Amino acid sequence: MFDNLQERFERAFKVLKGHGSITEVNVGDTLKEVRKALLDADVDYKTAKTFVKNVKEKALGKKVLTALQPGQLLIKITQEELTELMGKAAAPFELKAKPSVILLAGLQGAGKTTHAGKLAKYITDKNRKTLLVACDVYRPAAVDQLQVVGESVEVEVFAEPGVIDAVGIAKRGVEYAKKNGFGAVIVDTAGRLAVDSKMMDEIEAINKAIKPDESLFVVDAMTGQDAVQTAKAFNDRIDFTGVILTKLDGDARGGAALSIFSIVGKPIKFVGVGEKMDALEIFHPNRMAERILGMGDVVTLVERAQQVVDEKEAKKIEEKIRKNKFDLEDFLSQIQQIRKMGNVKDLLGMMPGIGKALRGVDIDDNAFNQVEAIIRSMTPKERSMPRSLDLSRKKRIAKGSGTKVEEVNKLLKQFEDMKKVMQMMNKGGEKGRGRLPMPGMGRGR
Amino acid sequence: MSFFKRLFGKNKNQSAEQVEKKASLDAGLEKSKKSVISRIAKVFSGRRKIDEDLLEDLEEALMMSDVGVDTTERIIERLRKRAVWEAYLDQSELINMLREEIAHLLVGDDIGHALTNHSVFSVDEIDSGDGPAVILVVGVNGVGKTTSIGKLAHRYKSEGKKVMLGAADTFRAAAVEQLKIWGDRVGVPVISQGMGADPAAVAYDTLESAKANDIDVVIVDTAGRLHNKVGLMSELTKIKSVMDKIVPGAPHEVWLVIDGSTGQNALVQATQFSKATDITGLILTKLDGTAKGGAVLAVCDQIKIPVHYIGVGEKMENLQDFHPLDFIDSLLPESLDDK
Repeated sequence: MFDNLQERFERAFKVLKGHGSITEVNVGDTLKEVRKALLDADVDYKTAKTFVKNVKEKALGKKVLTALQPGQLLIKITQEELTELMGKAAAPFELKAKPSVILLAGLQGAGKTTHAGKLAKYITDKNRKTLLVACDVYRPAAVDQLQVVGESVEVEVFAEPGVIDAVGIAKRGVEYAKKNGFGAVIVDTAGRLAVDSKMMDEIEAINKAIKPDESLFVVDAMTGQDAVQTAKAFNDRIDFTGVILTKLDGDARGGAALSIFSIVGKPIKFVGVGEKMDALEIFHPNRMAERILGMGDVVTLVERAQQVVDEKEAKKIEEKIRKNKFDLEDFLSQIQQIRKMGNVKDLLGMMPGIGKALRGVDIDDNAFNQVEAIIRSMTPKERSMPRSLDLSRKKRIAKGSGTKVEEVNKLLKQFEDMKKVMQMMNKGGEKGRGRLPMPGMGRGR
Repeated sequence: MSFFKRLFGKNKNQSAEQVEKKASLDAGLEKSKKSVISRIAKVFSGRRKIDEDLLEDLEEALMMSDVGVDTTERIIERLRKRAVWEAYLDQSELINMLREEIAHLLVGDDIGHALTNHSVFSVDEIDSGDGPAVILVVGVNGVGKTTSIGKLAHRYKSEGKKVMLGAADTFRAAAVEQLKIWGDRVGVPVISQGMGADPAAVAYDTLESAKANDIDVVIVDTAGRLHNKVGLMSELTKIKSVMDKIVPGAPHEVWLVIDGSTGQNALVQATQFSKATDITGLILTKLDGTAKGGAVLAVCDQIKIPVHYIGVGEKMENLQDFHPLDFIDSLLPESLDDK
């Protein structure tokens, strides 16, 4: 617990060190990191390049007015840009005519059939009677699969076993839906590669034949650089209306979402988050932006720190640390600052890398209570000179704070250790340089 | 420099069989591939030394093939270092230097491997004693496990082996049906228990039956699972231990199927599956599209698992041996050609 506190403490101070404005020099490393984060997330190489360039242009010359460092401000701008882009990439899924015709298309194994089922459930839940049409006449047992899926969501499946004319099946399926009063019809198609011109002709023909209200390109969130080419090829043929990004319950960062939107300008309408039939969600732009950057919620943390850290107060404390006059009174005020930022576990969870490590670990906010109680049981003089405490004083403090002498000793020991660390930080200088500036980690100048 | 000559010379003198294989692949893919060498040469033309522009072009080509930032940077870094001391370079030497660096990642230090056909995996290599050779096939959802198994069955059967399949994907709708259809197509028996059955029980039945019927090669299909789902990953461990009870040492091979269009997540998949099951080989699928499968470089390099086969279509014949050099060449040219 105390270690974490110390870490927070360290950060809280370093946050104050930002000055000046954003220049090529002070954000160079950060830009590289941002670019790497995007590429690691499988954002298209060229898209990443353009994006980073845009962020840089936007950021250069910006005054760093707050407690942020230039690098941190840049990350904030990056996140804002990405969220904005992703926000543009979000669009509602609207059911229009009755029946509303929906076409699903994509590569093999993207999850079309599963998502046909999920979508059927989603629409049925909106009180529209839905029909599934099985047009994957190639993959063994694909029709069976759709039938099983249809059964599990209690939706009728239109299939013509043995027929290999996918265009005809699609047409007749939609006709059937019209005649029988269905509110929506979802046409599942075979997976196909963008280079397979025969199959691409087929999907184009299906699209023309049924004139869907929504044609959705289904794409695996794990897709790499190829996402762009594939999306482009499908878009050229069927001018799709939106994207379903699947398998987001995995740990892929899903940069393909950004690439596809940047290149073909089509919105993401749904994300698939599991194999169950209700594992379909509306696309959340901000979550996607965070996921692609893979940076935890750095920005939120920085923003909150910004709101609560009183700069004057902090300067005073920084001065004290430099003169090695930091005492328990200052320590108490720091704890209160940190607590103002919110629940400690939430705060730590927002730190990149730490969130994961904390999963399942229970951080006790009360640990702070004890520390506070002990310090509050001291006289001002004791707080400024903790080394002067003898056993009888310690006993009194323990009694006053409802703790034991050992606990008082532990706190004092840790406080001394922390002061040593602070001294080292004073002298040690630039060890955080070159790394990704997180709150309090880098010291871009 | 003799190594480059060797590498380069070897490629020129590809056996007629190899050339033919490659030609048929190209035709099948309807790709009008110009000679790889001539295309790279175009990029390199007019450049006699490695400069930053050239390295940037190479970086872009590798990144756009999903090789990833870290691996790309390592390759480029090594090229940069070598460029200093190997002062006189002509185009073919540059090309070969690059190929050598990638081969180094793909097949480790034994670069000679990449040059010969010895790296081609053969099912005869599996040492299963008197019992059947047991292969367990795993992977995330939608990578092409079942299709690959159909193709493997076809291949081994054509090699004169008695093959049996086990339908232990009892989860995905109609997965059992799909494998059965493959079994019919290829003409090999499929052991199944229907949907929802315990996959370990299916594995048990399959191996029992294989033993009783004097089968040579058993291939067991499993449900696709995302590698971050702990419960599903431990299910694999259970399947494995059941297998070992019936055929000691089984599964002799555990193959991870990776979708060729997967990006940087491929390495995570390989890492996680390796933790759960000791992966012994990779099958890289869907390489008949525009995806390059470069992500597998990092997998080979960092986890030291060899690629055994590549999938290049939906027909049962569309499974090829993995030839490192062909793969390396396929990583480079197209994006360089854009320049």
